[in-house]
Amino acid sequence: MRFERRESASPALTVLAPLGAIGAALVVAGLLIAVAGANAFEAYGLILEGAFGSRLGVTETLTRATPLILTGLAAAVAFRARLWNIGGEGQFYLGALAVTAFGLVPGIAGAPAPVAILACLVVGALAGTLLLLVPVTLKLRFGVDEVVTTLLLNFVAILFVSMMIEGPLRDPLAFGWPQSMPAPDAALLPKLLERTRLHAGLLIALALAVAVWWVQARTVFGMRARAAGLNARAAGFAGVPLARTLALVGCLSGGLAGLAGAIEVLGVKGYVTTDLSPNYGYSGIVIAMLANLNALGVIAAALFSAVMFVGADSMSRALGIPSYIADVTVALSLLTMLVAIFLTQYRVRR
Amino acid sequence: MSVILDILASVGMWEAVLRIATPLILGTLGVLLCERVGVLNLGIEGIMTFGAMIGWLTVYSGADLWTGLAAAALAGAAFGMLHAALTVPLGLSQHVTGLGITLFASSFSYYIFRLAVPTASSPPTVEPFRPLPVPGLSEIPFLGPVLFNQTAPTYLALALVALLAWGLYRTPLGLAVRMTGENPHAVEAQGIDPIRLRIGTIMAGSALMGVAGAFLTLAAFNSFFPTMVQGRGWICIALVVFALWRPGRALLGALLFAFFDAFQLRLQTAVEGVPYQLFLMLPYLLSILALIVMARRARVPQALMQPYRRGER
Repeated sequence: MRFERRESASPALTVLAPLGAIGAALVVAGLLIAVAGANAFEAYGLILEGAFGSRLGVTETLTRATPLILTGLAAAVAFRARLWNIGGEGQFYLGALAVTAFGLVPGIAGAPAPVAILACLVVGALAGTLLLLVPVTLKLRFGVDEVVTTLLLNFVAILFVSMMIEGPLRDPLAFGWPQSMPAPDAALLPKLLERTRLHAGLLIALALAVAVWWVQARTVFGMRARAAGLNARAAGFAGVPLARTLALVGCLSGGLAGLAGAIEVLGVKGYVTTDLSPNYGYSGIVIAMLANLNALGVIAAALFSAVMFVGADSMSRALGIPSYIADVTVALSLLTMLVAIFLTQYRVRR
Repeated sequence: MSVILDILASVGMWEAVLRIATPLILGTLGVLLCERVGVLNLGIEGIMTFGAMIGWLTVYSGADLWTGLAAAALAGAAFGMLHAALTVPLGLSQHVTGLGITLFASSFSYYIFRLAVPTASSPPTVEPFRPLPVPGLSEIPFLGPVLFNQTAPTYLALALVALLAWGLYRTPLGLAVRMTGENPHAVEAQGIDPIRLRIGTIMAGSALMGVAGAFLTLAAFNSFFPTMVQGRGWICIALVVFALWRPGRALLGALLFAFFDAFQLRLQTAVEGVPYQLFLMLPYLLSILALIVMARRARVPQALMQPYRRGER
């Protein structure tokens, strides 16, 4: 058996690949549910019902998708340029923490809402960018591989958050529970629907997905970033300023992940704890890959993950199947997606 | 100052060094094997988590400790086979595949753990490996308890360093492994199948990662809880760079690292007024520092992350 490169990937295959990948992942996860003694079809039915069956379910799914779209974009932007930013989780936390710290600046609490919101979002994005600039600088200056440094900095960032919310940023009114001061009221994102958690952050995330798509598809910077990712040497010879492009990609990617954290605080939680993120940063990597690094595809992939996570919670309560099955399915779909992308590029010959 | 000297003079601190180093030694050797044959294995964090879980679960369901370690090794090899199948014959991105394996293996571990222990306020414990004093040698003052009163898997890890150093540099198989990481075309020209060699070596390396994880639940602690690996896998990846891909230096790196870890743990309780999180950050920052120092000297295996396809250059 050998593999032969296809001349060009057919459009049909490109569309079918993610669907096939998700289907395969669902089959394997279904087997795992069956082994645990439940009916897989019933479980998937309950997952869909939990995610779509009620007003609450739909809004929860969209609320859950919001940070996932942003962390997915963060990974997609970086991976396109072969900048392996695996530090989305840490950048998310620093963005979230920065917002609550910024709220202590005099004047923010009294500012008009649009100004306060915009200022907080910028601060959150900057915090994420700053954290990613450390490994990017180490890569460009010393040739240190960014995979391990971004991964290790996730742990440092979360310990830093824990230190701050038990120290200077601790909320004295939280009954001894380590949580940060609340974010400034003026900067809280407006709700999209009454009596739900759905907030305006979803619109920001969707707008940014379109903006990132436009940057990637229609600007010189987008083309340079992609060229750097496809073949850095060739891009360098063609006159692409590699270091500057990678640094800019890093700013964009870290900023998006930091923004995800800021929006989660301003839209949902209102304060920071060390369990603010159920692995949003890491899930972003899966979402970016499921979307084949396409910014608009990220929206669909984030929705798929959100459906799994929200639906699995209610399915778990009904059937006693651990809700970790959602994480298993999403992780599996990353692996099956890799194979699916491979099959769009190669044909198998005997 | 006297606080620091007190810590450095205590037997307990030095005894802890080898114990903390053991999973790092095993994990680093595992990464080293994979990278020496030309494949990055970012699956380590998840494989260690799964090894920790399956080792604990095996013993918890009534098997003995060695069966637990063997189960972790087998599970590690199985995940290694998955990683190898995707990265070697298919040549998929080693970064993304490895991360996928980590995400899959760790969430799969939590899934099985929750199935086995649906509700428990504190994780159920097992009877872990007891220290095994080496007759005679463990009587030596200071050195005895530090070096010769460890658990059996620690001695095993030390023996593996020697075995691997010998195997990689003194046997034909070791030569073939190192050659595959440098130039798989040359290996093929010698009539050895680089693809099969890569798959086998990755499985062996991943088995070591599984055992590294099981050491946590069966010797260092006595129970499993989610997120217990705490980035040790990523630290092993950094240690391999520090070790310049050599087993002897991997041991040195793991010991050095474990020394700082044991030291900061004791400093945490001895020094007041400094947030404990700062001490906990040290291992990660130290790993990054090691990467910076070694980046220029790193002699990366030349074919690392280069997929090999027969008849393609």
